[in-house]
Amino acid sequence: MNIDLNARNTKVMNRFDVTSRLIAKLGSEEAVIGGIGNTNFDLWAAGHRPQNFYMLGSMGLAFPIALGVALAQPGRRVFALEGDGSLLMQLGALSTIAALKPKNLTMIVMDNGIYQITGAQPTPAANVADIVAIAIGSGLANSAWAADEEDFERLVDDAMAASEPGLIAVRIDDKPGVGTTRRDPVQIRERFMHGLGVREPL
Amino acid sequence: MAIAEQQASPQAAQGSGDRSWHGIVLQTLKRNEISLIPYVPDRVLTPLIKNLHADPFFTTFATAREEEAVGIVSGAWMGGRRGAALMQTSGFATLANVLASLAVPYQIPLIMFVSERGTLGEFNYGQSLVCRTMRPVLDSLALEHHTITRLDELEFIADRSIKQAVTTQAPVALILNPLLTGGKVFDK
Repeated sequence: MNIDLNARNTKVMNRFDVTSRLIAKLGSEEAVIGGIGNTNFDLWAAGHRPQNFYMLGSMGLAFPIALGVALAQPGRRVFALEGDGSLLMQLGALSTIAALKPKNLTMIVMDNGIYQITGAQPTPAANVADIVAIAIGSGLANSAWAADEEDFERLVDDAMAASEPGLIAVRIDDKPGVGTTRRDPVQIRERFMHGLGVREPL
Repeated sequence: MAIAEQQASPQAAQGSGDRSWHGIVLQTLKRNEISLIPYVPDRVLTPLIKNLHADPFFTTFATAREEEAVGIVSGAWMGGRRGAALMQTSGFATLANVLASLAVPYQIPLIMFVSERGTLGEFNYGQSLVCRTMRPVLDSLALEHHTITRLDELEFIADRSIKQAVTTQAPVALILNPLLTGGKVFDK
């Protein structure tokens, strides 16, 4: 496969803006899993909702956690937000998801080619690998780059009605997250379970 | 070694009357409504994995890495579905980060079955070394774990441990020792 990384014709967008656009489209208590670091900081900043889950570690597990939620609640749509560096840690998860084919899982990759939070070092994939090509090669045929913000919103609309798992990749700038998630893992987990209707508060 | 021989028959029944170690594990999972079973395979676990796949009560599937299985079980728990991850000793050795940053701090009743290699006849030096890291990692996080050596204790330990994990919202590792399973030996 010959991939011209400069030919994607994709606009460089902003993580907080794209995340806010996703959240604005959610009207059915969809679950959203925010990956470690800036990805969940911007999810937090976009407006806390009980159906959001924020990771404070376990880099690379946003998609597996989201898969678990999707398998537990097949009637609820689940979105997972992950950074490109995080995804590189767990590429095998893409094949697991492709094999299980959950209809209600949509993966969003925020790709800036760097480990922004640790000092903006380039990832090994930067300039050599194409995340959408990796996803398609892993068995996720419904994978696409968002060309710009409007295209991202269109892809999210498509995902809402999809009958197979899908992946949307977004090229983003090198800006840090806008907010900072409150690092209270028990409360995050408990609120999430309330938001998913699994539990009632005491 | 009578226990190991007792369950070595490949013709072991799959019904509720199955008193092989893997039959007891399967029935105990079912009785506790644990239906999602991601695993990274292991030779000793093969009859259990095969019977889990054959039983439509369970959603049984392989993952590429053990920490992926932990993520899936954690997400499923939060979504109201119970799961358990199956792995080998060497796979457990990849989990320190996800235990310390997801299962323990978020108080998730992660149930792990670990097929123990590296002891009682191990033939691979690396396996015997990695086995020695398992209990220190579990102990360093004060994580509940039991090493099951006897068939007559398996159901009690597994059933009680699963219930304790759920009610105390804490992970548990159930280590399946070669005394229970027969283990893997050089000529197999």
